[in-house]
Amino acid sequence: MKRYQGLCEIGLTINGRARRVTLRPADTLLRTLRDTLGLVGTKMGCENGDCGACTVLLDGLPVKSCITLTLDAEGREVTTIEGLRDSVIQQAFVEAYGFQCGFCTPGVILNAYALLNHDNNPSAETMRSWMESNLCRCTGYEPIENAIKLAASKLR
Amino acid sequence: MKSQIGRSVLRKDAPDKVHGRVRYTDDLRLPGMLYAALLTSTVAHANITQIDIEAALELQGVQGVFTGKDFPLLVGLYLGDKPALARNKVRYYGEPVAAVVADDERTALEAVRLISVHYEELPLIRSPREALQQDAPLIHPDMADYVHIPAILPEPGSNVGHRTRVRKGDAAAAFAQADVTIEGQYEFPPGDHVAMEPRVAIAEIRSDGQVIIRSSTQSPYGVRAIMSRCLKIPTGKITVIAGPVGGGFGGKAGIQLEPLAYLLSRSLGGQPVRLANTREQDMVTSPGAPGLQSRVRLAARSDGAITAAEIEFLFDSGGYADYAVNVARAAGYACTGPYNIPNVSSDSLSVYTNHPFATAYRGFGHIEMSYCIERSIDLLAEKLQMDPVELRARNVIRAGHATPTNDVLDDNTGDLETCLRRAAAAIEWHKGSRRQINEHTVRAKGVSCYWKAPAIPTFTDAAATVSFNEDASVNVVTGAVEIGQGIFTGIAQLAAERLGIDTEQVHVVDEVITDRSPHDWTTAASRTLFMVGRAVLSAIDDAVAQIKRTAAAPLRCPEEDLEVRGGRVYIRDVPAHGLALEQVVLGYTYPNGNAIGGPIIGRGKYIARHLSGIDPKTGEGRPGLEWTLGAEGVEVEVDLRDGRYRVLRSACSMDVGTVINPQLARGQVVGAMAMGIGYTTREAFMFDSRERVLNQRLRDFKILRYGEHPEYIVDFVETPQRDGPYNARGLGEQGIVGMPGALASAFSRAVGVQLLRLPITPEYLWRQTHSAGGRSAG
Repeated sequence: MKRYQGLCEIGLTINGRARRVTLRPADTLLRTLRDTLGLVGTKMGCENGDCGACTVLLDGLPVKSCITLTLDAEGREVTTIEGLRDSVIQQAFVEAYGFQCGFCTPGVILNAYALLNHDNNPSAETMRSWMESNLCRCTGYEPIENAIKLAASKLR
Repeated sequence: MKSQIGRSVLRKDAPDKVHGRVRYTDDLRLPGMLYAALLTSTVAHANITQIDIEAALELQGVQGVFTGKDFPLLVGLYLGDKPALARNKVRYYGEPVAAVVADDERTALEAVRLISVHYEELPLIRSPREALQQDAPLIHPDMADYVHIPAILPEPGSNVGHRTRVRKGDAAAAFAQADVTIEGQYEFPPGDHVAMEPRVAIAEIRSDGQVIIRSSTQSPYGVRAIMSRCLKIPTGKITVIAGPVGGGFGGKAGIQLEPLAYLLSRSLGGQPVRLANTREQDMVTSPGAPGLQSRVRLAARSDGAITAAEIEFLFDSGGYADYAVNVARAAGYACTGPYNIPNVSSDSLSVYTNHPFATAYRGFGHIEMSYCIERSIDLLAEKLQMDPVELRARNVIRAGHATPTNDVLDDNTGDLETCLRRAAAAIEWHKGSRRQINEHTVRAKGVSCYWKAPAIPTFTDAAATVSFNEDASVNVVTGAVEIGQGIFTGIAQLAAERLGIDTEQVHVVDEVITDRSPHDWTTAASRTLFMVGRAVLSAIDDAVAQIKRTAAAPLRCPEEDLEVRGGRVYIRDVPAHGLALEQVVLGYTYPNGNAIGGPIIGRGKYIARHLSGIDPKTGEGRPGLEWTLGAEGVEVEVDLRDGRYRVLRSACSMDVGTVINPQLARGQVVGAMAMGIGYTTREAFMFDSRERVLNQRLRDFKILRYGEHPEYIVDFVETPQRDGPYNARGLGEQGIVGMPGALASAFSRAVGVQLLRLPITPEYLWRQTHSAGGRSAG
C-alpha cells in the first residue's frame, strides 16, 4: 500500500484532462476541486456526506466529494458538472424546470446522468434509490423526477 | 406577437444553472482574502468568565483572534439586542463567542480548537411560557437601553420582545352568548430553513473607506441600512453586492453575517475577510424558524357561524429578537386566518428563551398562526358535528368583510370559497375523509384554508431602470435578488409584454449592487413580482414616452399618435409609417448626419399604497398590501401498528390574480407544499436537558427527500388584483401556510385523536394510538 506524508504531488484526470495538484493527504476531493482547481461548480452543502450537493462522478459513478479523499481519485476518471456540456440530462432540467435556486443542481444532474448511463429506463424504485441521496429544498422533487423521465425518454 | 403573460417561458438562469456556471457568493476568490472561523457556545445560558486565546494566536497563519470585548456594540434588525460576538454572556447554544481570521480556512478552524472558554452556567428558559413566569430570569436585563424601531414594543423588565394586541368588537360578550365554544392549546419547537447554500459574507474596506460587502443575502439594501445604523457608517460608504442566492426562505433576509465580517476586516486593515457558515453553524448559530406555544378559543352559533376568537400566540424568539418580533406582529394582525370573525381578542408575543434565535421563515407568522386556527376549526367541526369543509365555507372571508385589524377587504379579494371547493374536490373529499385499507392501514384526508399578506413597512418600495442596446434589446436593472423563485424571468415577461417584444429581447441584470441598482426594500414577503413588477412596467412606460418624443420629429406627427410595439415605433393609424427601435433608442440620426434624442433610460418606481401602522391598543390599521387566499387538501396513509405513514396527495388551490408564468408559479407552490410537509412531519430541533441542540446536522435534522414527495395537484383561481402587474398577486410563500393544518387534520382523522403538536413523527402518532383515549388500531 502506497504511503503519503506531508505535501505530495499527484496526477488527476478531471473531465478528461490531466491535472497535477499539490495536496495534503487529508484533503478531500471537494476542497481540491473548489480551492485548488477552481472548479466551483461542485458545491459545499454540509461537508458531512448528508446533502449530496458535492456529488461528482468517479469512473462514472456518483460519490460525495466532501467525504472522498483526493488521493482516492488518483488514476480514476473524475467528472464534475464542468465536464458535462449541453447533455440530454441538462437540457431536460432546463425544459422541465428541474431546479430553482440551482445550488443542489450540479450534484443532482451528475447523479441523474450516472443513473441514466446505468439504466435509461429506470423504475420509480431505481430512481428513488439513486436520487434520495441528493437533497433539494426548492422544488419538492416533482420537477426533478419529470426532468429525469424526460431525459430517459429522449435517450431511449 | 403572442402575449408573454400566462406563458411558460424557460428560465433565464437555466443554462448557467444546469452547467454549474452560476457564481454564488462562496464561489468568489478575492485577491488577499482571509478566512474567518467561529468558536461557538457549548452551553445555552451562561456568563463567560474567561477566554484564553494565546495558543490560537500563536498558530502560524493566524492573523487575528477576536472576542466580544473587541467589538463593544449591538446589532439588530428592529431591536438592537445582539453583540457581534457574545460579550460577558451567552444566550443560546451555538452563539458565536470568538472568531479567528487566518490565511486559509483550515488554519482558522485549527486555531478555533485552541481557544478555551470558561462558562458559569445560568438558569435556563426552555419555553415562552416559562419565560413569562413571574420569577423567570431575564435574558436581556438591559432591554430598556436597546434601540428599536417605533413599530416594535419591547417590555423591559420581562422577556417580552414585542406584543401585538388586536381588539375587534366585543369578544367577551360574544363568548357569553355562544352556543358552543372550543379551546385548543398548540405547541411546536423551533426549526431551520435548510437552504442548500450555507450563509456567507465577504467584507473588505477600500483605502478610501468604502465598505464592500458581498453576501448571500435577500436584503442587500437592508444590510446596508442596518450596518449604517448599528455600526455608524454613512450609507453612501457601504456597497452591498448580492449575486444569485442558493435558497433563502427568509433565512437570508435582514442582517446575517455581514456586520461581523465587516468588523473582522476592519480589525485587519480592511483586507477581504470571508465569513462562511458550516452547515452546523448555519442551522444553529445563524437564526432559524421560531417555535410557538399558543392557545385559541373559538365561539360559534349552532349553525356554524364563528362569532368570536380569543387568541394567544407566544413565539419562541430564542436568545435574540431579530425578525421574530415582526413575525409575532404578522401573526397578530392575521390572527384569525381567512375567516370572517366579528369579535376578536388576540395577543401575539415574541418571547426570549435560551433557544437558537429565530428570524423570518417562509410563511412569516402566518404558517404558525394557520396551524393553530385550522386545528381549532377542526375542533369546532367535531363539536358541532359539521363537515370541516362546510364549516370553513360557512365562515370564509370575502370582499366587504373586515380583517382582525378592521381593514375592510376590497374587490381585489380572492375567491376563497372556490379555492376551498376545488382543493376538496382535488382530493375527492366527497368520497369520504377516512377509509380503512386493511386491518392496520388507514387513509385519511384533511383540508385547510390560508391567507397571507406581506409583512412589510408601510413605505416598502421598489424601483427599476431600463436602457437599450444597439440591437434595441432591453436591459432591466432592479434591486430584486434571484433566490430561486425565477424573478428575472417573470420581470422579463412583464417588460416584454409591455413593449410587445419577445422575452429573449429582455436582459435582466442578475447582480444587485446597492450603489448602482435602484432601491428595493427586500426580496421577501412574496411581494417582488408585485412591487418590482409594477416598477418595471412603469420604467417601460417612461421609456416608451421618450421613444415617442424622439420619433415624433422624424415621423412628423404628434407623440400621441405613436405606438411602440414589436420592436417598432409607428403611427397608430398608419402602421406602415414608422421606425425600427434600433433607429431611435440611442438617438435618431437624420440622413444628413444631424442627430436628436440620445440614449433612452426609463425610470420606474412603486411604493406600497395606503398602508398604515397598527394601533398599539387595538391593532386597528392597514398592514396588508394584498392578501393571497387559498386552500389545501392532503391525503395520508398511516400504518396504525407503528405510526409510519406516507403523504399520498397534496393539493393546493390559490387565487393568484393572474398567472404570469404557469410553470414558475406551479414550482413555487409545489416547493412550498414540500417544505410544509417537512415542517409538519419532521423538521424541529431536539434539545437535551440543558437546551443544547441535538440535531444540528442534516443527518439527523431530516428534510423531505426524493421519493417521499406526494402527488402534487396545483390549481389557480384568477380573481384580478387590479393594482398588481397584469392583475397578479404574490404567491411565493402561501403554499406552505396551509400545510401544517391540512396534514395535522388528516393525521388526526387517521388515528382518531386530535393532534395538537408538531412535528407529527411516526413515533408521535404511535404514542397517540397506543395511549388511553386513542382509537385502537384496526
